[in-house]
Amino acid sequence: MYDVVIIGAGVTGTACARELSRYQAKICVLEKEEDLCCGTSKANSAIVHAGYDAREGSLKAKLNVRGNEMMEQLAQELDFPFKRNGSLVICLHEEDFPRLKILYERGIKNGVKDLRILDREQVKEMEPNISDQAYAALYAPTAGIVCPFGMNIAFGENAAVNGVEFYFNTEVKGIRRREEGWELSTSRGSFRGKWIVNGAGVYADRFHNMVSREKIHITARRGEYCLLDHSAGKHVSHTIFALPGKYGKGILAAPTVHGNLLLGPTAIDTEDKEGTCTTREGLDQVLEKAGMNVKNLPMRQVITSFAGLRAHEDGDDFMIGEPEDAPGFLDCAGIESPGLTAAPAIGEMAAGILKEKMGLKEKTDFISTRKGILDPKTLEKEAYRKLIKEQPAYGNIICRCEKITEGEILDAIHRPLGARSLDGIKRRTRAGMGRCQSGFCAPRTMEILARGLKVDMSEITKSGGRSRIIEGINKDSL
Amino acid sequence: MENYEIVVIGGGPAGLAAAIAAKQNGMEKVLILERDRELGGILNQCIHNGFGLHTFKEELTGPEYAERFIHLAQQAGVEYRLNTMVMDISPDKKITALNRAEGLLEIQAEAVILAMGCRERSRGALNIPGYRPAGIFSAGTAQRLVNMEGYLPGREVVILGSGDIGLIMARRMTLEGANVKVVAELMPYSGGLKRNIVQCLDDFDIPLKLSHTVIDIKGKERVEGVTLAQVDEKGRPVPGTEEEYSCDTLLLSVGLIPENELSREMGVELNPVTSGPQVNESLETSVDGVFACGNVLHVHDLVDFVSEEAEAAGRHAADYIRKKRKDQTEVKRTEALSEIEQVPLLTGAGVRYTVPSFIRPEQMEDSLKVRFRVGKVYRNCYVNVYFNEEQIIHKKRPYAAPGEMEELTLKKEQLTEFPGLKKITISMEEA
Repeated sequence: MYDVVIIGAGVTGTACARELSRYQAKICVLEKEEDLCCGTSKANSAIVHAGYDAREGSLKAKLNVRGNEMMEQLAQELDFPFKRNGSLVICLHEEDFPRLKILYERGIKNGVKDLRILDREQVKEMEPNISDQAYAALYAPTAGIVCPFGMNIAFGENAAVNGVEFYFNTEVKGIRRREEGWELSTSRGSFRGKWIVNGAGVYADRFHNMVSREKIHITARRGEYCLLDHSAGKHVSHTIFALPGKYGKGILAAPTVHGNLLLGPTAIDTEDKEGTCTTREGLDQVLEKAGMNVKNLPMRQVITSFAGLRAHEDGDDFMIGEPEDAPGFLDCAGIESPGLTAAPAIGEMAAGILKEKMGLKEKTDFISTRKGILDPKTLEKEAYRKLIKEQPAYGNIICRCEKITEGEILDAIHRPLGARSLDGIKRRTRAGMGRCQSGFCAPRTMEILARGLKVDMSEITKSGGRSRIIEGINKDSL
Repeated sequence: MENYEIVVIGGGPAGLAAAIAAKQNGMEKVLILERDRELGGILNQCIHNGFGLHTFKEELTGPEYAERFIHLAQQAGVEYRLNTMVMDISPDKKITALNRAEGLLEIQAEAVILAMGCRERSRGALNIPGYRPAGIFSAGTAQRLVNMEGYLPGREVVILGSGDIGLIMARRMTLEGANVKVVAELMPYSGGLKRNIVQCLDDFDIPLKLSHTVIDIKGKERVEGVTLAQVDEKGRPVPGTEEEYSCDTLLLSVGLIPENELSREMGVELNPVTSGPQVNESLETSVDGVFACGNVLHVHDLVDFVSEEAEAAGRHAADYIRKKRKDQTEVKRTEALSEIEQVPLLTGAGVRYTVPSFIRPEQMEDSLKVRFRVGKVYRNCYVNVYFNEEQIIHKKRPYAAPGEMEELTLKKEQLTEFPGLKKITISMEEA
């Protein structure tokens, strides 16, 4: 019997797991995919929002601002990439200026610090590639960018080091109330827990509705993105938003913490909770609309496109708490934007609720810090030389586009909750994420994975399940 | 810090031929830095034949062709380091490289020859919509898995793009037991060599659908199928022409891009059409003493021409060093590029690019091979060369296509004897 069973190893589930791992409790995380960070958490804008978007008084507003405040220290403690690059909301037309003012005022009410409205000249000075039509902009210096995989994986690893058990490829099929706590039937047997934390992203309504008569409904809102090569990474230095409309914050252009340029997302509602396909119309829309606020976008530098699903709940706010008729079940549902920003605060809030309700006691041996995968490029030359002497794998470049060494890939495999697939390696190290999109390194990374996991090359997958890379050996069917 | 006269970046066909030529032209210390496990580059995975017809007057496989050059390089005393990744080249030609055994290396070169080759355009660059499952490979990645490692990446295959690697892989996958259902090509013509269409598709009854593209990819974990559609003259899918193909693999042979990240970082000017460096008649880039050849300069169809071009680059790099030394001993410093008159080589109607982009007539050897590509398929056409506005060459060609590189020869005396030469233009003319 677990004290807490968390459903979902995305950023919400792992943030809760990490915060709960401060306490004396037996905790596990159940994840239907093969790795951390496989759903909404891996395919989003990678933005740390300042907090002027959400309606004042909403949980979204509160946790956004709180999450933003927490990010700096957390990024240091858990060693994931985060940068406060500031954001600009571009107002193209004078007649829309009142709407920009509304955002500004809302931001002030939400407690966002240092907000300023800039005129065209000030904007152009800050960002020369902003459209010449720009009339004004809302500048939020507290906005930032983060590596979404880095944060999610850091939470997961740190939770695991602090005793949280992770079960991957474990899909929850049903939840039944027991005399004490809950029983969860899964694709890999049944689990018992006194409490359940529902961090299931686009599936959170399914689990909520298994235990509560107060039904909720989550729409998967697809967002499509294009990622541009490093050579375009300096096209803008701030995150550039359009003035928001009904379906979210419009198409943004943002540098990433790794020096790429990200354009997106669209917003298309779908009932298919696995519908992460991109579409012609969607990608065309991204390229067209990103170009409205930012000029001369080097579209030839697109290296990949992808889509993620936001978990939009009908009530349009985060739902964090126990349903009245299901005590012992803690929803963290409806976590769409600014969910990534808010994740640390969601973890804090969820753990706070459980601490009080369960009377949890703090551990004395909680390990609050975690070291990420060493990027040898950040070392001084002498330190780098010494490292290669001790561990020659750091002298062997595998991914030539991102200059990722065998040493980093081995680290990704052998650390807690290590990578088991090419995508797992990619999210942890960036090997395969560059301009050739793993064309050169995939066969070599597969070899290292096969060696590290002690399996045959034919067992290596892109992302678990049936996503094997190799179908057989030459002439095996002849 | 180690010192070399010439450091060649890349040990594929271009790097090998350039290094050999540098040695043959009197250089003592020539070093190849190669990131892979062996010399030869992509030739090692090209196990089909058809290489060497021009160079050796016989038909070799890729590895055999590479072997000949590796042997020549060893005989000539070219030094090389394998598994060595060049991380940075400074404009004053200090090279930082990395390998397991020696760690971070710093090497000072007098001249550098860029021979890094090219990479394949990925799915992302085409922005093909759909899911992102396993089973989507660039043709070259699949070629490596099959030909060097013995693994079959898929059984039911659709190929997008009729570049040479795609055509070669259609045949290879068939020979290894896969069912290649179709090759789709966006353009109304193939980007590959005619002989490859005949030998790799026609001989195996594999259909080639011109003016078609992939508009959707299905399958969340592994590819389950793709949707092809016909495209109009602007490359847009024509509604109502969609066809579903069930398959577990999509191979992409949709273009090659010269790998010029190192060049760009060191300040080498690139040509937006080729994505390779702008070079003069000596294949020297905009950075003094830095030369380029092979697929890093512009994508070639035949390795024989890569070898020929690279040999010229090696020769010119050796000349550069010799001249520089002579200038220094005579205590007069020529302001190399800036002061010597450069004549731009311009693209006229129907010509996409030329290599070189500039010619310094005084620096030319007796004759210069100019390579270029045309923008569409021509039957019975003329290649025209103009000096200023005057037509100098008017040469009939029965056939020209974007997939087959064109070349013509300019004589030094033609240029030096032409009064007031300001520009040279190459253009195509329909007969």
